[in-house]
Amino acid sequence: MSVLEIRDLHAKPTTDDVEILKGVDLVIRSGEIHAMMGPNGSGKSTLAYVIAGHPHYEVTQGDILLDGESILEMEPDERARIGIFLAFQYPVAVPGVSVANFLRTAVSNLRGYTRQEKDNGDGVIGSHLMPMRAFRKLLNEKMKEFNVDPSFARRYLNEGFSGGEKKRTEVLQMAMLEPKFAILDESDSGLDIDALKIVAEGINKLATPDRGFLIITHYQRILNYVKPHYVHIFYDGRIVRTGGPELAHELEEKGYQWVEQELATAATA
Amino acid sequence: MATKADLEQLQGVKEEYKYGFHDEFQPIFKAEKGLSHELIDQISDMKGEPDWMRQFRHEALDIFWSKPMPTWGADLSEIDFDNIYYYVRPTEKQGRSWEEVPEEIKRTFERLGIPEAERKFLAGVGAQYESEVVYHSLREEWEKRGVVFLDMDSGLREHEEIVREYFATIVPPTDNKFAALNSAVWSGGSFVYVPKGVHLDIPLQAYFRINAENMGQFERTLIIVEEGASVHYVEGCTAPIYSSQSLHSAVVEIIVKKNARCRYTTIQNWSTDVYNLVTKRAVAYEGATMEWVDGNLGSKVTMKYPAVYLMGPKAHGEVLSMAFAGRGQHQDAGAKIVHAAPYTSSKVVSKSISKDGGRASYRGLLKVGRGAHHSRANVVCDALLLDPASRSDTYPYIEIEEEHVSIGHEASVSKIGEEQLFYLMSRGIPEDEATAMIVGGFIEPLVKELPMEYAVELNRLIQLQMEGSIG
Repeated sequence: MSVLEIRDLHAKPTTDDVEILKGVDLVIRSGEIHAMMGPNGSGKSTLAYVIAGHPHYEVTQGDILLDGESILEMEPDERARIGIFLAFQYPVAVPGVSVANFLRTAVSNLRGYTRQEKDNGDGVIGSHLMPMRAFRKLLNEKMKEFNVDPSFARRYLNEGFSGGEKKRTEVLQMAMLEPKFAILDESDSGLDIDALKIVAEGINKLATPDRGFLIITHYQRILNYVKPHYVHIFYDGRIVRTGGPELAHELEEKGYQWVEQELATAATA
Repeated sequence: MATKADLEQLQGVKEEYKYGFHDEFQPIFKAEKGLSHELIDQISDMKGEPDWMRQFRHEALDIFWSKPMPTWGADLSEIDFDNIYYYVRPTEKQGRSWEEVPEEIKRTFERLGIPEAERKFLAGVGAQYESEVVYHSLREEWEKRGVVFLDMDSGLREHEEIVREYFATIVPPTDNKFAALNSAVWSGGSFVYVPKGVHLDIPLQAYFRINAENMGQFERTLIIVEEGASVHYVEGCTAPIYSSQSLHSAVVEIIVKKNARCRYTTIQNWSTDVYNLVTKRAVAYEGATMEWVDGNLGSKVTMKYPAVYLMGPKAHGEVLSMAFAGRGQHQDAGAKIVHAAPYTSSKVVSKSISKDGGRASYRGLLKVGRGAHHSRANVVCDALLLDPASRSDTYPYIEIEEEHVSIGHEASVSKIGEEQLFYLMSRGIPEDEATAMIVGGFIEPLVKELPMEYAVELNRLIQLQMEGSIG
């Protein structure tokens, strides 16, 4: 049982002084699925990036803790190694690097295969990766389970992938890396209904009691397939409402204007 | 993560390459420093060469003296021709033992995964590859099919008529100052002859017949591929080559006859105090294909522009090159393609990486001569800069004298994308490994053309280079 805790989190881009996150408080426990809904430009994606440690953002106040330990000083790779995973809204293409090579390197780092090499600083470079045979077996299994064609192992990472292929590959990566907490940044955007179902099905398979989810989305539709325990409404850099699944439906019906109006009313009251 | 200790150790390795390693080198014959006609006679006497070769060397020396230093490329002003040994004949058996090789050097070989026997050779322990079983069985197979694969000195002794017919016909001593120098003092290199219609499936690797002469400063290689034959010749290695001399100037000449194919693959990683000035040129006749695959990692200065002259209709030429310029290095590399017949085609792909203030230049000539109608040519050069201090330049020269030709040229300069780096790191991959991975992906079009073991070693080498930069 793990806890990811976000405490009064304020953040801004490193390049200017405009605060984007204005005091986010959120606690996610293993086994919980949290949906975070909000209009474009409200700072949802910034929250995802800040949790993963994107170098373009600077935390000015507050903290992010995994099981009570602050992760703010950690590099993105260290955060990944302690079990934080970000599924990107726009997965980045890395030409010339095959999906298999990339995943073997990532899995080997996460599972400590490479630590021996780093510590000793000797041996043949690359020889401390997860053994090829075991890795291949694992990859084939996961590809089958998460509807990714085996030919993707040899393809260059995200290069020339369709929107749906990218998002499915993100889910495959999550399945291979087995994080404690997964943050999904608009994994539903740009997908047709079939692709959306496949991605949602993948998320459901991975939603085990030992894993927590934060699903960031603009639309309610992915929540038809993935059932959240909590729904948060994100607006202007902070969470403004929290509720159960019914909140998503209410939002869908009334639109984000409703939130704006409510907030305006609250402010004048 | 590469620790500080790692970095210090790696630095130590580099220092060793620079200063250690060659002290106990005991040549049985070492000519005086500097160039003279007496030296030419000494070399020729030592080798027991025919008079025409002796004469050729003498004339080449005069040509060398008569030519000014080239000023259009990298800075060569520091080369002191009077302070160089031009001929060193190594002993047959070197005295150094494996136990004497410094631990750091052994460790680098280990990290790169260099095979045991090669390590010994590279460390100057003097393994004689010619005695290897593998080489013998291959050589028998080649000989049965009439293939000749010898070091150039033996080639001249055993196949004088063929050598005399082709030697210096592709790269004459008058071609450039360094071709003239090589012609005057050449030693070692390979002589390859593939008879009509013979296809060699296994690459001819210079490794198989490596001996001390092969690593000479002034190698001379001649490859003749007869009609309809095919061969893949591979030379070099990814491990840093320590050299006792700071000037290397090789000449490679290749003749690819009608409907024949030749691929020449080189990976070179000279120590970083070396001037590497190489003339490589091939002629491809009707329907023939010539491909250069060329990787340059080490050296202080490299100037190398593999050339293909397309002499017959439908001949095809390719140059696939990669240059890695680190601190204090200038890689001035490129390609030269001359379309001299109709319906010829060519492709140039150049990839350069600059790091820690290194400088990589692409210098290319593409010429379509009169009469070479319906020719097609495509040039792509991509540069990757790993930091703001590094530099990349492109000097493409295109001369078209014919209409009805199709020419493409693309050039790009990019940096390691922050988004790519963050993406890979967010999967648990440390920054140095992630950078190496992006660089490896960048040169993948070249790497995938390499024989497997070279590809693996090259990727490891790139990783080792990255470990040195990010702390």
